[in-house]
Amino acid sequence: MADLRISGLHKYYGSMHAVKGIDLEIPSGEFTVLVGQSGCGKSTLLRTIAGLEEIDQGTVQISGQTVNDLAPKDRDIAMVFQNYALYPYMKIFDNIAFGLRARKVEKTEINKKVDHVSKMLSIDHLLDRYPRQLSGGQLQRVAIGRAIVREARIYLFDEPLSNLDAQLRDEMRGEIKRLHKELGKTMIYVTHDQIEAMTMADRIVLIRDGKIEQQGTPSDLYDRPKTKYVAGFLGSPSMNFITARVVTQGLGYGLILENTAAQLKMPENVSQRIGEYLGSNILIGIRPEHFSLNNESKPEDSGTTIEVSIDLVQPTGARTYVSFKIGQVTAVAELNPRDIRQNESNLTLNVDVNRCVLINKDTEFSI
Amino acid sequence: MNAKLKKNFKTGLRLAGAVVLTILFLFPIYWLFMISFKTADEIYAYPPVWWPESLQFSNYAVLFKDGDAATVGNSLIVAGTSTVFAMILGTTCAYSIVRFKTGGDHLANWIISQRMIPPIAIVFPVFILYVWFGLVDTYFGLILLYTAFNLPYVIWMMRGYILDIPISLEHAALVDGYTRWQVLWKVIFPMCRAGLFATAIFTFVFAWNDFIFALVLTRTEVATYTVQVTHYFGGQSNFWGKISAMSVLGTLPIFFIVAFMQKYLVRGISLGAVKG
Repeated sequence: MADLRISGLHKYYGSMHAVKGIDLEIPSGEFTVLVGQSGCGKSTLLRTIAGLEEIDQGTVQISGQTVNDLAPKDRDIAMVFQNYALYPYMKIFDNIAFGLRARKVEKTEINKKVDHVSKMLSIDHLLDRYPRQLSGGQLQRVAIGRAIVREARIYLFDEPLSNLDAQLRDEMRGEIKRLHKELGKTMIYVTHDQIEAMTMADRIVLIRDGKIEQQGTPSDLYDRPKTKYVAGFLGSPSMNFITARVVTQGLGYGLILENTAAQLKMPENVSQRIGEYLGSNILIGIRPEHFSLNNESKPEDSGTTIEVSIDLVQPTGARTYVSFKIGQVTAVAELNPRDIRQNESNLTLNVDVNRCVLINKDTEFSI
Repeated sequence: MNAKLKKNFKTGLRLAGAVVLTILFLFPIYWLFMISFKTADEIYAYPPVWWPESLQFSNYAVLFKDGDAATVGNSLIVAGTSTVFAMILGTTCAYSIVRFKTGGDHLANWIISQRMIPPIAIVFPVFILYVWFGLVDTYFGLILLYTAFNLPYVIWMMRGYILDIPISLEHAALVDGYTRWQVLWKVIFPMCRAGLFATAIFTFVFAWNDFIFALVLTRTEVATYTVQVTHYFGGQSNFWGKISAMSVLGTLPIFFIVAFMQKYLVRGISLGAVKG
């Protein structure tokens, strides 16, 4: 059963159309990540679910009940905010207990719950302190504690990790994921960070310009993006897009990369789809990890390799990023550092043609 | 050694400057207090008497015996009540302007412009109105006017303090189960407590120190101490003893309020300039 159902949702700020007709169903117990660039309307969407923004058109239903006109307090949701939103004049204990007190929970019960949650988040030694005495990571734990102590129906997270430094972010990502597993509650998480989306989500909803661009599991969006935008948004470094002309090759079709002599032979299942583009230009999207080094040429590699001259080598330890030009376009390949010899200036790269994405140049939809 | 000497000299110079300034500022207050404790002869004596031979409380005794001291009570009632009203109304108005954009973007500017009207320009129209409504020389009349006159100041100040409160604090409380009014009480008020106190003090002082409204709109029943002081200026002679004793009575409440609330006052005024 869907815990949350949004249909035909619109939101305006004056003449600004922030949310442009969103339909979304979120099943019970799922961890859904709303991801998109800043200003795409994802936070607005979250706030309309919470009841902090009025809905101009459409409905929001929680467990089958339409909540459009329900005050935030009556929607049985809990929320974690980007800037923690802790009350500076209250001790940590009182901050966590704040929501329980609003609901007139008994004092002994409050003590029990705060104790339980603070132990779960390892903040039980901080209960007597004030927010100003805590570090950013600790503050975010408290903010999460304040939300989960409530035992709400739906938990909302509004970019909770973007104020933390990289290392803490990695740590907290795991922590939130673990909490979701333990609690089994419906969680909706807003972020602009595609890595957070990929690592945490059961389902990603990618929002662009007030509309849903694509939704599905992380691997759905990563491996089978519906549009160029989705393909480019997920993955770091992002996908390389190269213009290519469809030509016949053998019994099937191949692609000649723009401004190069390189020709890639498309496998049979792909060939079927690009026949209609014969003679015209399309985009081929290759993820950095779909390049590999061709050390000894094997016959099965024929037609799927390209020669490149190295522009820049960026080692990160585990992987090395090599940039080069394909025609006019700068592309990046992610390679095994052991494979790259020093002072090498030219490489022959295999392209995993089975996994690359082909995109209609005009509509920007994938083919 | 030379550097240390130079440093000591500089510190000494600063200290001396501070002492001179303090004396300069405190002298009128000292003089006011001294006059209130002097006999009539001592007041007019030349060369002036710096310290009366014995402290005379007769000037105060007269004020209490004749009931004149009650005007300080009137001032307290009028200034205190109007401050409470102005703070409650003004803070809720400010919250509404900030959160719900009530009145558009420029209402706050228009409101503060009302505070800049010279009192003398409105006091006579108000007087005529009050005569019609029978509000002259009543507590209600003065409280109403002071509340109205201070409201723009409160709205303007509180608007600034409320603007500084991150909206997510309110959102968190709303989601956690509180109503708007509870949010105002449990989040907004505690968050701008220093600002509330500072604004309340200034509002109180405005009403406390007002002379022109009280002069025109009161007779005998609710005359404030500022009006009462003028009664001691006569055609023939001025009762300096009474004037100064009354002035001291009028100064003391403000003195205590500022002394006790200094912490909030300073923090309230500097709020926004330095966060934290």
